[in-house]
Amino acid sequence: MSLQQAKPPLPSDDKRWKLVNATMRRNGYADHALIETLHSVQDAFGFLDEGSLRFVAASLDLPLSKVYGVATFYHLFTLKPKGRHACVVCTGTACYIKGAGGLVERLQERFDINPGETTEDDRLSLLTARCVGACGLAPAIVIDGDVLGKLDSETLIAKLEELT
Amino acid sequence: MNLDDLADLAEQYRAIDANVEREVRVCMAASCQSSGAAPVLDALVAGLGDSKPSCKVKGVGCMGLCSAGPLVSIADREASLEESTIYRDVTADDAADIIASLDGPPVERLRCPTDQPFFARQQKIVLENAGIIDPDSFKGYVAVGGYSALIRALSEMTPADVLREVTDSGLRGRGGGGYPTGLKWSTVAKMPATQKYVICNADEGDPGAFMDRAILESDPHRVLEGMAIAAYAIGANKAYVYVRAEYPLAVERLQTAIRKAKRSGFLGNKIGDTQFSLEVEIRLGAGAFVCGEETALMASIEGLRGQPRPRPPYPAESGLWGHPTLINNVETFANIAPIVREGGNWFASIGTERSKGTKVFALAGTITNTGLIEVPMGTSLRDIIEVIGGGIPGGKAFKAVQTGGPSGGCIPAQHLDIAVDYDSLKTLGTMMGSGGMIVMDETSSMVDVARYFMEFCMTESCGKCIPCRTGTQQMHSILDRLAKAQATRAELALLEELCEVVQATSLCGLGQTAPNPVLSTMRYFRDEYEAKLGDA
Repeated sequence: MSLQQAKPPLPSDDKRWKLVNATMRRNGYADHALIETLHSVQDAFGFLDEGSLRFVAASLDLPLSKVYGVATFYHLFTLKPKGRHACVVCTGTACYIKGAGGLVERLQERFDINPGETTEDDRLSLLTARCVGACGLAPAIVIDGDVLGKLDSETLIAKLEELT
Repeated sequence: MNLDDLADLAEQYRAIDANVEREVRVCMAASCQSSGAAPVLDALVAGLGDSKPSCKVKGVGCMGLCSAGPLVSIADREASLEESTIYRDVTADDAADIIASLDGPPVERLRCPTDQPFFARQQKIVLENAGIIDPDSFKGYVAVGGYSALIRALSEMTPADVLREVTDSGLRGRGGGGYPTGLKWSTVAKMPATQKYVICNADEGDPGAFMDRAILESDPHRVLEGMAIAAYAIGANKAYVYVRAEYPLAVERLQTAIRKAKRSGFLGNKIGDTQFSLEVEIRLGAGAFVCGEETALMASIEGLRGQPRPRPPYPAESGLWGHPTLINNVETFANIAPIVREGGNWFASIGTERSKGTKVFALAGTITNTGLIEVPMGTSLRDIIEVIGGGIPGGKAFKAVQTGGPSGGCIPAQHLDIAVDYDSLKTLGTMMGSGGMIVMDETSSMVDVARYFMEFCMTESCGKCIPCRTGTQQMHSILDRLAKAQATRAELALLEELCEVVQATSLCGLGQTAPNPVLSTMRYFRDEYEAKLGDA
């Protein structure tokens, strides 16, 4: 006999939690829907904070340690909030051969942040990716979801400085 | 439903556009979209308006020559890519000229010749519909003969017949391992279990490889059809496609395809009015290279950390949730429909003695024609790089081509005449991998390349087994010191020893193959390592 655990209340009345709940409901609150659920939290809120991990753990009836383990295993999940804009430099092989490493270094110098970090004014996060599959455009850059290709560091920095 | 019913349906769908004589096809795959294909499509649609009912603008999948995107082709209905007029680097401002040219001579200033080897030397099986049909159109797929292989299998063949055709075809897994597909299917089919699964591995993690992405973005129904045939052959009723979350467009097109196929009765319950049912679900990866390994991938589908487990038992016996599971790669499934349609013997007539059919390669790096090509197995590397790929731009000399991603190795100029197949690449110390080919010119440092791949494997190691977890770190630190000209000869010897240990003792493919880029660059470019020694 299995006892159906009561589902925890939504962490806040933020409407985005309903999206998260919908994902879990669609999967019948099965524990194997954990990654799908974390995707939906991150899509809705931009990152995974402790509160959301606790909520997901309680909803799917999983130990928090397991949820935390999965959230930290996969590179795509982030436990820190991102800046208003995100610049992802592809560091796949083709982009590397075409100078992506140099681009990252120039961005580090200019904005004084390492990959994975956000500027102090929360304006820009610098990230790197393992091949976005746009090797024809190498070196490829993704700024706020738009893939741009064949940029030199000066043009790229000028573009990033225009962002507000 | 039988083949005649399907042919009637295809005829109906073709009749929808009966008055269309010429098509303006705009590549809407990821690479061309990134170069601005969407505004081009909009401008062409707006510019054409209702002025020429005999012409139609449509978005299509990948045409291959990504470096010249956005690509637009003007073709007679159902004409192939080579028979069409292709325009390169098209912008929205060119739309008026292209529309004006529909009645007259082509726009010469935009023209990309289709008689050049890049197009003429390819042989398309997997990509036969790519760049021709609208990937979001179920009707478009059926109109070119889509789903006829599935209906043929369901209405005229037993599962054993299907297994025989796939075995006869000699098809080997396109994900990199090269395991005979027919043998894999037969093993799962023999398992007595009532619950079995089919998984399509679309976790294309090799940096520099984008074949699976292009296939999913260009012809998603083709992959679903292959999966359905596989499920019928092995007796499964549930399938998953495990796709990288980094490929949002591919995911979207796959979702559309699944929805439409289900609505039309080609997936879901009682497919083609038979007793065969198949539910297909998409599972998103979350950025872990190791999930391309089959047992790690299954762990990820189960909602766990993507860590591999020892084999045996193989997934064919005990896979997803302990049930027999068939895992194949996207390109493997994309080969199935033509094999069932044309027969295993037809497929076996293409390629080399032990590697049959064609292979899709992604050409990238310092090469003139960056993009996607499909050639018969056994085509020489020189043909692929110098003829089809157009050689190295800027008058620089070729140095090496890297195949197989972080698990593969670098092939130097003296071996360019080798005929590419699974076995020949292995003898050169590299592997087929999923099909990424990164070309490097004389300015690339091989020690640097080896360090790059080791850094990749080090960060992507899941940490479960010690040889891989700490071995890759140790190797990386030596390579880093080498690249900075600080390492000693003793460290170089240690590096070689570590390569052997990690190769021999790691749990899964990631660790076992992590030393390959080092070993192959050492084998062919030892002088570069020697020159970097600090105590030389």
